[in-house]
Amino acid sequence: MAHDTRETIIEVRDLRNAFGEAVIHDGLNLDVKRGEIIGVVGGSGTGKSVLMRSIIGLQQPSQGEIRVLGENLLDNDTRSDEEVRRRWGVLFQGGALFSTLTVAENIQVPLREFYRKMDQRLLDEIAITKILMSGLPADAAHKYPSELSGGMKKRAGLARALAMDPELLFLDEPTAGLDPIGAAKFDALTRELKETLGLTVFLITHDLDTLHAICDRVAVIADRRIIAIGRIEELLQSEHPWIQEYFSGPRGRAVSGAYEAG
Amino acid sequence: MIMYDPAEYELRDDDDGILALYFSGDLTVENAAQLDKKLRGMDTAIARINLTQVNDIDTIGAWLVQRTATDSDAEIIGASDAAERLLARVSEFGPSVIVPKEELNPALRIFNEVGFAVATAVGTMFAFLGFIGQVVLSFFTVLFRPRRIRLNAMVMRFEMVGIRALGIIGLMSFLIGIVIAQQGAVQLRQFGAEVFTINLIGRLTFRELGVLMTAIMIAGRSGSAFAAQIGTMKITEEVDAMRTIGVSPIEALVLPRTLATILWMPLLGFYASVVAIIGGGLLCWIVLEIPPVTFIQRLREVTPMTDFWIGMIKAPVFGAIIAMAGCFQGLQVTGNAEEVGKRTTAAVVQAIFLVIVLDAFFAVFFSSIGWD
Repeated sequence: MAHDTRETIIEVRDLRNAFGEAVIHDGLNLDVKRGEIIGVVGGSGTGKSVLMRSIIGLQQPSQGEIRVLGENLLDNDTRSDEEVRRRWGVLFQGGALFSTLTVAENIQVPLREFYRKMDQRLLDEIAITKILMSGLPADAAHKYPSELSGGMKKRAGLARALAMDPELLFLDEPTAGLDPIGAAKFDALTRELKETLGLTVFLITHDLDTLHAICDRVAVIADRRIIAIGRIEELLQSEHPWIQEYFSGPRGRAVSGAYEAG
Repeated sequence: MIMYDPAEYELRDDDDGILALYFSGDLTVENAAQLDKKLRGMDTAIARINLTQVNDIDTIGAWLVQRTATDSDAEIIGASDAAERLLARVSEFGPSVIVPKEELNPALRIFNEVGFAVATAVGTMFAFLGFIGQVVLSFFTVLFRPRRIRLNAMVMRFEMVGIRALGIIGLMSFLIGIVIAQQGAVQLRQFGAEVFTINLIGRLTFRELGVLMTAIMIAGRSGSAFAAQIGTMKITEEVDAMRTIGVSPIEALVLPRTLATILWMPLLGFYASVVAIIGGGLLCWIVLEIPPVTFIQRLREVTPMTDFWIGMIKAPVFGAIIAMAGCFQGLQVTGNAEEVGKRTTAAVVQAIFLVIVLDAFFAVFFSSIGWD
């Protein structure tokens, strides 16, 4: 592989995560470059979400080093961690919207938290821009999360993740539970946002279509570490049985066939 | 710490005589608040917006530029590729503003809210009566098909409602016993009738306070837990899943909790009364110098058996009310996490209120049948 000169935005070194006896990660290394969409795949229970939670600081690893946007999140300097938090957005699996706030208020939460002087009119304008940008209709602004469908919750969650115009976006299974049309739209949206806003996207997925359609590189988690990382064509060369089965199984073949055919 | 350039703008006449607005610095979210205020305050008509001196721009900056351009019908020049893409993106949405929700005027809103409150209260009352009916009905169904009794669930509730409450109820009752004895002694001493403190302790605890305080403690401890547990299960669709499998939520959730509370309330009430008497007796011994043997002898003389029965008759009724109020409120939860909190509060308030109302009825009833 050619030497990549782009800035490393996420750097995970020798990560170890264990819950009691169960070791989830051991000696896991990962580099994410600025401006790429990286897809993380792996079987159920291999610790994809745990990896994401470690990177965003919700899970204290038992060992290892994690740097995000140049900042070590595991040291005791919590003030600079705040700075980093402003610069990323996270979309959780179920959207994780605050259930007592409307969609517009949800989007305004990070803005209000960091920029207290912002005028209500501007907050409303930003909220509606983000709502429309994430593909929701304008009348979703006043709806509560319980009034939204699963797909709409994801879009609203994305709108909130984008509220602060982050440089780095974490998406945990963004297309899970969406219908194929909705999922394709969500993929297109992610790609478009990446291109317009210059985002770096860390994406956990099971969706082979998403991998083929939008990911620049794919990282495979198995055996408690990243066993392979690269473009899909490169991964197909791998001998590892899980990778073979994943990409060359009936579903994998169908999708890659479709993408090769154009 | 990352430093941001402030965002500035200035007005300048271009060579062709057109008034242009020159933005400079970072048009980003960090600067959005003050830039927005300044731009809104600007009342000069401009015909051109120049972005050549802009370092960095994000969606919010692009929105501000776009808004200014649309407001004064100006053209935008000098945008970088990134800015161009962002402007194209935000301009798709046009001048869209959140439409404020319609609100009633204050005078009407009072009527509106009072009306809603009354309708809800009446609705809740009927629904609760209906719910009690359902529980009683399913109790008899289970009674005739004993295999459907969920013994494990019930035993588990025995532990949660009963055994784990022993400590706190014991402590509370012990202290109440001491307080009654102490206050009684102070008052009765004025008449030289300190010995009647024993009457006070014996009659008050068995007849009223033992059971009543236990009921309040159980409403706070278990009634709230029932509402929160069942409410959370409603939100996570567990209750719906039960229904589709063919398990009746009343049988599986409500009945074990209700029966456990009904069975445990008399036991806990009796226990509370005994501990309160021990507390009172201890105080009498230490402060009034009445030896325990005399205390017990006197207690047996002055406390009629009917006092004990009154307490034991009231206890299961209170237990039923507390458990059913908790389960009922839990099942009413719809929507979000805040609702669980509201319903839990409602369960405790409703339970304690009903217990005290019923206690008043019982007091009148037992007096009129001559148990005084």
